[in-house]
Amino acid sequence: MPTSGSKQRKAVALISGGLDSMLAARVIQDQGIHVEGINFYTGFCVEGHTHAIREKDKNKQKRNNALWVAEQLGIKLHIIDVIEEYKDVVINPVHGYGQNLNPCLDCKIFMVNKAQAWAWMEQNQFDFIITGEVVGQRPKSQRKETMPIIARESGADDRLLRPLSAQNLPPTLPEREGWVDRDALFGFHGRNRKPQIQLAEKLGFTEYSQPAGGCCFLTDKAYSNKLADLWQFRGKRAYELDDIMLLKVGRHLRPKPHYKLIISREEGENHFLSGYRKQFISLETRSHYGPVALIDGHPLEQDLKSAAAIVARYSQGRDAARVTVDIRMLDGNSHSLEITPMPADQILDAWHV
Amino acid sequence: MSSQTYHLDARRLLCPMPVIRTQDMISGLTEGDQVVVVCTDPGVLSDIPSWCRMHGHEVLSTTTRDREITITVLVRSTVR
Repeated sequence: MPTSGSKQRKAVALISGGLDSMLAARVIQDQGIHVEGINFYTGFCVEGHTHAIREKDKNKQKRNNALWVAEQLGIKLHIIDVIEEYKDVVINPVHGYGQNLNPCLDCKIFMVNKAQAWAWMEQNQFDFIITGEVVGQRPKSQRKETMPIIARESGADDRLLRPLSAQNLPPTLPEREGWVDRDALFGFHGRNRKPQIQLAEKLGFTEYSQPAGGCCFLTDKAYSNKLADLWQFRGKRAYELDDIMLLKVGRHLRPKPHYKLIISREEGENHFLSGYRKQFISLETRSHYGPVALIDGHPLEQDLKSAAAIVARYSQGRDAARVTVDIRMLDGNSHSLEITPMPADQILDAWHV
Repeated sequence: MSSQTYHLDARRLLCPMPVIRTQDMISGLTEGDQVVVVCTDPGVLSDIPSWCRMHGHEVLSTTTRDREITITVLVRSTVR
């Protein structure tokens, strides 16, 4: 353990809730550094959202992984709402997107910058930032040539330490100053997870989260397709929190360019979508058990009939001659339609977003 | 100054927004104040107590009725 000086050094750890940031924080804690965690909520974070919504997932563990990790580490975690500021990262990424609409490099620069810029760094005498990044682990953001870009463009420069990959990178200020012992850090690289798993065992971690594709919905192809569809048909690249929440829920069908249907798939989603009845035209089958649906867009009168027939198709009245569908308009007025459910072969694959 | 009770409506907000709203409200309160948070995301049953433990606050009660969860938090410390 480094012994230079007696001042208690402090590090801010970016805690995602995954294994790597958990290990990075513990490695630095073990060197006698005071660590506190920050977690940024962008709106795209993969957490308990769908678990909280869907009835079928009600027995799955519902917890915020970042909070859970912080408790395991015995550190404070500060969760920061960055939904508004993050929009520019998603909409105008300077370094472009990854395989889908994931702006991973810009995202990491934003996170580190946000952490560094955060008032605590100066107000509370935090000395450096740590992340769980590993050289070569992610094709977009965690490459040897992009690591310096994150450090430079975030403004963190050599106060950004990646304990799991430090030995693959030039020494940072905390290493040069002897606040941390570089020899006790690691030289992990590549996509192989064995070193991390072995380190977790060594440090006594038996439970941890390792979400495939990371912790962001934007790395998911289906989700990115829905976001691209939203932008295309609204004619602008913009979103609100409710938009991106709704992309995680239900079936999305676009029968016409000027409207889209969001149709619940089960009871939990019924409840969730019902909460949006004042913001969207909503449909619900009355004569038969069925879904709640929202219409996003500007449907014409005849579109409401088509929409009702589609919703009826997904109800238990799908084989009935007639199904009653209640339609609630934005002004709060409701009316009902007696409708024949749309035959399955008329619901085109191309409608599914 | 006497302690106050504050109410926070976090219904329909999904994890971790109820925690963020609770955290932000508590940051402006003083020791002894109480915050009554009403939520619909069952994730709060784990998340708000977890956040309170690590920041030194106390969960006084948790009740669930239909799909609404009400958590009462006693602000124990004004240290961030």
